[in-house]
Amino acid sequence: MASSVYLCLLRAVFLVCFVNPLIQGLSEDESVFQNPHHQQEENLTGLPIVTFKWHHVETPYLVIIWVFVAGLAKLSVVELNHHVISVVPESGLLIILGFILGGIVWGADRAQTFKLLPPTFFYYLLPQIILDASYFMPNKLFFSNLGAILIYAIFGTCWNAATVGLSLWGCYEAGVMGNLDIGLLQFLLFGSLIAAVDPVAVIAVFEEVHVNEVLFILVFGESLLNDGVTVVLYNVFDAFVALGGPRIDAAEIFKGIFSFVVVAFGGSFLGIGFAILLSLLTRCTKHIQIIEAGFVFVVGYLAYLTAEMLSLSAILSITFCGICCQKYVNANMDEKSVTTVRHAMKLLANGSETMIFLFLGVTAIDTEIWVWNTGFILLTLLFVFIYRIIGTFLFTWMLNKFRLVPIEVIDQVVMSYGGLRGAVAYGLAALLDEDKIPEKNLMISTTLIVVYFTVILQGITMKPLVQWLKVKRAAHSDLKLIEKLNNRAFDHILAAVEDICGRIGDNWWTRGWNRFEENYISWLLMKPKARKNRDYLFSIFHKLNLEDAINYVSEGERQGSLAFSRSDEAANVDFKKQFGSEFADVMPNIMVDMSNYELGIEHFSVTSIVKDTIPSVSLDIHGQDRKNAMDDINAHHLLQQHLYRSRKHHRHKYSRSHFSINQNEDEVQEIFQRTMRSRLESFKSTKMGVNPAKKITKHHKKELTHKMPNGHPDGTGHLYGDEEVEGLCVFLPHLIEAGIENPVFLPDMDSPTHSPPWLMETEAVAPSQRAQRRLPWTPNRLRRLAPMRISTCSTDSFLMADVSLTLEEHEEHSQTDHVEM
Amino acid sequence: MGSTNSTLLKIPNVEVLMQETGFSPAHIIRLHDRFKALDKEGRGHLCPHDFGAIKELAMNPIGDRIIGAFFSPGKETVDFHTFVKILAHFRPVDKDRPKEPNSPEPINSRSNKLKFAFQLYDQDKDGKISRDELLQVLRAMLGMQVTDEQLESIADRTIQEADLDRDDTISFEEFRKACKHKRFTMFRFCIRPGERKLMLTLCHWSSELQDQHEL
Repeated sequence: MASSVYLCLLRAVFLVCFVNPLIQGLSEDESVFQNPHHQQEENLTGLPIVTFKWHHVETPYLVIIWVFVAGLAKLSVVELNHHVISVVPESGLLIILGFILGGIVWGADRAQTFKLLPPTFFYYLLPQIILDASYFMPNKLFFSNLGAILIYAIFGTCWNAATVGLSLWGCYEAGVMGNLDIGLLQFLLFGSLIAAVDPVAVIAVFEEVHVNEVLFILVFGESLLNDGVTVVLYNVFDAFVALGGPRIDAAEIFKGIFSFVVVAFGGSFLGIGFAILLSLLTRCTKHIQIIEAGFVFVVGYLAYLTAEMLSLSAILSITFCGICCQKYVNANMDEKSVTTVRHAMKLLANGSETMIFLFLGVTAIDTEIWVWNTGFILLTLLFVFIYRIIGTFLFTWMLNKFRLVPIEVIDQVVMSYGGLRGAVAYGLAALLDEDKIPEKNLMISTTLIVVYFTVILQGITMKPLVQWLKVKRAAHSDLKLIEKLNNRAFDHILAAVEDICGRIGDNWWTRGWNRFEENYISWLLMKPKARKNRDYLFSIFHKLNLEDAINYVSEGERQGSLAFSRSDEAANVDFKKQFGSEFADVMPNIMVDMSNYELGIEHFSVTSIVKDTIPSVSLDIHGQDRKNAMDDINAHHLLQQHLYRSRKHHRHKYSRSHFSINQNEDEVQEIFQRTMRSRLESFKSTKMGVNPAKKITKHHKKELTHKMPNGHPDGTGHLYGDEEVEGLCVFLPHLIEAGIENPVFLPDMDSPTHSPPWLMETEAVAPSQRAQRRLPWTPNRLRRLAPMRISTCSTDSFLMADVSLTLEEHEEHSQTDHVEM
Repeated sequence: MGSTNSTLLKIPNVEVLMQETGFSPAHIIRLHDRFKALDKEGRGHLCPHDFGAIKELAMNPIGDRIIGAFFSPGKETVDFHTFVKILAHFRPVDKDRPKEPNSPEPINSRSNKLKFAFQLYDQDKDGKISRDELLQVLRAMLGMQVTDEQLESIADRTIQEADLDRDDTISFEEFRKACKHKRFTMFRFCIRPGERKLMLTLCHWSSELQDQHEL
């Protein structure tokens, strides 16, 4: 591991060492021979077979080389020793690596040839990061905290800019900084640019410290919007500086404030407009699915550039474009395009983020920009830090008077500490006009120092701080099993009760908006088909079933034969119909859709499953497993590892580099599947009472229970063990019968709602093997399993004890059901 | 304020309800809103499938049990009064409530909270958590990759730990004792008070525990 890391590093360094002198040497050549083109042509004596044409490709080549180096840098940083990674955030490491690379370049050139120029940053690197952040924004969370986010973003930023600027000016007037050529307006301009809390840096750090989702969205949302606000503020002050102090009167100030409002909100509305355009566009890309993914990027960028052109806030524009369009675009586009967009978006954003941090480091290694003024720099650091804290507490105090859930003190501390400055501040500083602001370089170097200080130092200390703030507990190593279990159970209970009580933001406004959105906006912006498929439960259910079907096939392939999936002999079971009939009664409204889904595998010949070779090792594994489990089971460990997490602890959904860092996704699916199946079960068991062909059903059931999970749902796959095959063999005749007699199996019968109840019991051929192994251990299920366990001398017989009892109970139960019905 | 009163007046016996549960008028209104939202067909009571429609509950491994806790045995519906009373279990323990010796124990007392949790395990309502019942809970709450043997061994050990009278079941008394252990003194399992703020607080220890695992 480590060696490969160093190899990567070495490679990166080598590359830079070799390529840069090469580039340098070549550009010197260029300057020596005034016109290489000309020279070449003149000296031409014969037809050259190959020529070296560096100048043709110079710019794109350099760009791509740097992209490549950035990629390598990221690779080496991520693969670096995990101890380092856990201490220093990735962004900090990239900056440090940038120092090294910058040093190499400087060593070769004696000057910094490569810099992060503001146009490059604002036009090519920033947009995709903002688009990514907004496109994957957890919308519900964002909008339910929108008020707080706006307060922090707008007033917090203004507060920071004003206080930092004014305090610096005050200190300057007091003579702390010596002789500088800076006026009040310039100080305010500097204050406004340094007020930009950088979303990239913030996410990079906050993703590694796991804070609660409200805190995350507050910090993240704030930093995202605050960039926009900063730029607007910066432009206003820039205009003031250009205007010059004496000419500013009340009217100009009023105009400045007005322009601030217009620019910020105008940008936002422009973004929303582009979001609508994008949603409408994706509505009609049914026949050109291959390019619909491109629209997301193009329209997003267009929103950015258009806003820039109209001198509205470009960042806010692209932010709102991303936030507003995501729902409709994702629903409208083909599933493949959605995946493409996601991957491409993450790729672009991650790439530019890496470039930005790397270049923030590289840029620093330059003698030109460094102007040192101890007073100015240290005071800036101090003020930035202090006013952030004061501002956060001040605004939180005001917000808490209105908020349903007050923001706690710890959260406030983390928030104020999370005021990381990043590339936006640097970009704005580099954008300063040297004619108007003579001390530009001082401002740049101060900004850089603030960036390094916040990203690296605060980044490093953030995690320990979060841990330390929450660690108000004694060590608890000797927690008992029952306590552990209870802890988690209580979590689940709380989560459930909270769901029953409704969400906190679930008030009249949200409900009204939701209704409006559902009725009108969705109608306008979503494909009719997409609207129908929106049903949440169904979409998950569909996904799970697809997955099951795929697993079913791959399981078959793993067993060494695919014959069963494409055999036309004997008892064919129409997978689709079978499936449909099983769930028809529970979800009648979705069954119509269900028949539209081509699963690709329509015919499963059960006979071939039976004929399929039974892996001879499976029983051994079985025995071994049990033995091992009995021997060295560490119950505590197991509990810790496998207890389902409560929804309470699901982390925020946005992640820089993954679509979801919520590792509970699988769990959620598992639980969901179980819940649905157990509900199905209970539904069926009540249905059983009205079953006319009760005898047959019972028979079926007995055979079928044979096939119930035999206690090893661990995926080691002894699917076709003796018991199952036995069960299937007995079951088979009925199945064939079913296949022939059942009208549901007739072709072109799409409505499976009238399937005979006894068909519902044919679950041995139900969607998948895995799904069966996952059948829930509800009380009903256990009772039904009980008789079978005895008859087959099953090994996992924790039910043995009360078998007879449960059997009776079961009989009684169904009897009473019958009566009740 | 007028609307508040008029909403309250629509709820029958609202004073009795408030006294029994300790909810503030705003709480009651908030819960009533929610109740009406859940009761889509407007029948004035909720059925299990009304709860089933809450999509988050389908993601909760013991969601069905919690739904079940709202329905007393043999009943298929739950009305607003019962609904509120069950939710009252989750109110914080009132520290400054004047202790009247004769008054009945409030719903949100510690022991009632524990009883609520206990009955989620004790599905057959015999006052004991048997091995089977524990196994069912474990099966519901543990990932599928845990084998049944492991599950059983966990269940056995859990019972051993808590079982004081060696009858291989956990009675409520034993359950309570197990939960008293050290950090369970911080047991908070409640809805936080505050005018219109209806909020559940997490038991602090468990969230810390979680953090430690994840970090």
